[in-house]
Amino acid sequence: MSSSPSDPSRREPTDGVLRPSDHADSAAASDSDDITQPRLGVVGWARWGWRQLTSMRTALVLLLLLAIAAVPGSLVPQRTADPNGVTQYFTDNPDLAPVLDNLSLFDVYTSPWFSAIYLLLFISLIGCVLPRTKHHWKALRSQPPRTPARLSRLDDHRTRTIAVDGDPDAAASAAVDTAAAQLRKSGYRVARYDGRGTFSVSAERGYLRETGNLVFHAALVGVLVAVGLGGGFTYTGQRVLVEGQAFANSLLDYSSFNPGRFVSGDTLTPYSMTLDQFDVSYVPPGQPGAGQAGDFVAHVTTQAPGGDPQDGEVRVNHPLDVRGDRVYLLGNGYAPTVTIRDADGREVFHDSVAFLPQDANMTSLGVIKVADGLPEQLGLLGFFYPTMDVLPSGALTSTFGDLEYPVLTLRVYEGDLGIDDGTPRSVYTLDPSGMTQIAGGDSGNPAIQLMPGQTEDLPNGLGTITFENEAPAGASGYDGSVKRFASLSIHRDLAGPWVLAFALLALFGLLAALFVPRRRMWVKATPSANGVSIEYAGLARGEDPTLAAAVDQLVEKHGTALPAQSRPDTDARPRPTGPEAGSPTPPQSQPDTGKVD
Amino acid sequence: MPGTDPLLLDEISLLLVWTAVAIYVLAFIAYAIDLARRSDLALKAKDEVVARELVTAGGGGVIGGSAASSASTVASKPRYLWARLGTVLTTLGFVFHLVATVLRGVAAERVPWSNMYEFALTGLLLIIAVYLAVLTRYDLRFLGSLMTGLAVLLLGGATLAFHVEVVPLADPLKSVWLVVHVFVASLATALFALAFGLSVVQLIQARRERKLAEAPTDAEPKRSFLRTVPSADALESLAYRFAIVGFIFWTFTLIAGSIWANDAWGRFWGFDTKEVWTFVIWVLYAGYIHARATRGWRGTRSAWLSIIGFTAVLFNFTIVNVFFKGLHAYSGLTT
Ligand code: HEM
Repeated sequence: MSSSPSDPSRREPTDGVLRPSDHADSAAASDSDDITQPRLGVVGWARWGWRQLTSMRTALVLLLLLAIAAVPGSLVPQRTADPNGVTQYFTDNPDLAPVLDNLSLFDVYTSPWFSAIYLLLFISLIGCVLPRTKHHWKALRSQPPRTPARLSRLDDHRTRTIAVDGDPDAAASAAVDTAAAQLRKSGYRVARYDGRGTFSVSAERGYLRETGNLVFHAALVGVLVAVGLGGGFTYTGQRVLVEGQAFANSLLDYSSFNPGRFVSGDTLTPYSMTLDQFDVSYVPPGQPGAGQAGDFVAHVTTQAPGGDPQDGEVRVNHPLDVRGDRVYLLGNGYAPTVTIRDADGREVFHDSVAFLPQDANMTSLGVIKVADGLPEQLGLLGFFYPTMDVLPSGALTSTFGDLEYPVLTLRVYEGDLGIDDGTPRSVYTLDPSGMTQIAGGDSGNPAIQLMPGQTEDLPNGLGTITFENEAPAGASGYDGSVKRFASLSIHRDLAGPWVLAFALLALFGLLAALFVPRRRMWVKATPSANGVSIEYAGLARGEDPTLAAAVDQLVEKHGTALPAQSRPDTDARPRPTGPEAGSPTPPQSQPDTGKVD
Repeated sequence: MPGTDPLLLDEISLLLVWTAVAIYVLAFIAYAIDLARRSDLALKAKDEVVARELVTAGGGGVIGGSAASSASTVASKPRYLWARLGTVLTTLGFVFHLVATVLRGVAAERVPWSNMYEFALTGLLLIIAVYLAVLTRYDLRFLGSLMTGLAVLLLGGATLAFHVEVVPLADPLKSVWLVVHVFVASLATALFALAFGLSVVQLIQARRERKLAEAPTDAEPKRSFLRTVPSADALESLAYRFAIVGFIFWTFTLIAGSIWANDAWGRFWGFDTKEVWTFVIWVLYAGYIHARATRGWRGTRSAWLSIIGFTAVLFNFTIVNVFFKGLHAYSGLTT
């Protein structure tokens, strides 16, 4: 703002900052791309197009487009963030959903239109930053530009006259020497320009501002590349572990696995992990937040091949590092242990089955599938209530998350589980079509209802079912009677540290780009018969609210270093200084907002 | 605080909050009266200088036309009695607000910013704090009614709609990043709020300056408090300065949030609703900063971007937060 288009140093060859031609500080209209039509021809058009793409206006429009384009992804569920939400959306809006899907609205951030915007933006960014880097590199090694002939044309301009006894030329030169030394000491790069009867020093500081700007923009590219490439080397896998269960870090042992493009399954770091115990505490009834669960900890033992077993803990917010992988706690729940025997008392099923929690009080839903050993396949759909209560309607519910009065209820279906033909089926769902319900519902037999340690007969004399009590000897109440499971997510992320490094680099670049003032200062001494007249002037390169104060400071500091008889002149063009007009107070100490430039 | 009932503490805190809101209402009224009176005062002051200076101020380069006139009005202090009263009341309200917030933290035995009610409590405290702090350097009392109005609406609204009793922190929130991330985000919000206020006044001032420049010089000047407010250019520069500090904090918020997300959810970025909006706001303000540097976008257009940016911040703070809860079922890990 301080630099008006009439800035005399504007067209210096050593001008330190190169800006796109439509930058607000660039020389106006004449070279504006709106007006100059390119000569036709491939090269001309290409050059014109490139100039459009790397202009400030394009960058701005693309930035705004990016902001707008990101919004729909927060309104419509996204496949990556919320796959169940997408499925639900399709169910709820069967007509609309396919249309939205065609527009990639369920995958906004990988959609062609979103990608196009940010890729164009980054091409523009690179096209903008590269020439500026080259230019800045040169500027960094060149001298501050020649002192303008008429400093008085600058906004921030002061003068003073000193009386001299001896040779005015020598005094003028000495005064400029002093100024040069002072400026250099305050971090300016200085150059002397003497001649035609004047002595002057030209000084510039704040190259770090442009450096910061370039670092910031380049670091953004770094973030993008790190995210893009790093994602290829990243894998995540999920696994549910019931207390006592172990798993080996190999593809086979994951329930789901998402490898990046460059990850192959056989390169996973080998180790094994056992869930020894899962702890959780509940706020007791009657206290604020009653029933709220917290302090989740999965106690695990990990072991590398040939290494010693090591104890570890996985907590929310505190993933466990295992040989470069990070293990996260995603969820938890109960895994009732059920044993089923046939009519002859032979065990045909024995397992702890993870039940998925449905509400805050851990009402949990699970499926037990008995594929072999009975005349027909058996499917059991179970509800587990850690603290069972009966609603007025007669329905069962859980009123607390901990094991106070655990009850397992099961509906039983007989028939074909539909797993023999190799169709993949989720272990958490049961498709009862083609099966006959033999217990619960309208089947004529009541649903099976068990507490830990109890056994009941299956309908139709099929055998028995036992809900095992897993409590260790001496446990009180139902403590530990039902095993818990932890659902773990295992990640290897090579991108993360790089992304963070580039992001921090961007932040530091930004700090420099926004807050380091870049300015030029000139001190010019003109000897004459009755003394030496000294001019001071400053010019901001970019936003610089403290320029005027800096010039005042320079004047004052220089004055104290000069022979005593110097006196400041009243400025030829008094600046509006408000109530304290005429007083030398630096503008920024006034309460007035007008003095921002 | 062993031995002190958290429920009681929270009740006292709540009482203080309502007291603060009441005082903010009074401050708002005082500031509003101030604005109304300013137009009168400004009319009584000799005007032709102002009109002439404003015309030059519109031309770029030299700033200070109306700013100088505002400064000279500032000089004659007694005339801004109502503004001073507004500031005194705001400060008083702030003290109640501060004690209320601290008490809430004591009651909860943690930082008081981990649910919607507390976000609002702390966030607005910071907005008022930044406003009051800035007052010691710049006379922004013409923003007083906007700031206190915002505080009354949002603090009152949040207390009515979102107040919950103190409950233990859910596991995902037990993290140092809660302290850092949310605090810095609130600070950024406070700065954006000021920039927003300035941009709004800038737009109104710019309109007036345009009209003045077009009007014949001897036209009867319209009465308006704007006469006592800095020029649009000066307002813009100031708004920009708050916005860039806010932008730095917001950038930090974004980074800190990603680090936290990486610890809590196992990925540093997932385009979750809240993340999307934080990103959108960041990009909007990057756009605003660019606009300030783009020919043809400085001035009114960039002011609109600042306003849109802050609207997005408010949207993120309110609607997205409420919506966000629904989306974030930590699969049984939290209630
Ligand atoms: C991912 C996209 C981009 C983002 C987030 C971004 C962000 C920013 C920010 C925050 C600043 C302020 C810091 C400073 O003043 O140094 C800035 C300045 C700047 N940007 Fe960008 N930018 C982007 C792309 C571009 C592109 C494509 C160009 C080229 C046309 C560009 C050219 C500039 C210039 C010249 C400045 C200096 C403005 C001034 O003089 O004040 N930027 N950018």
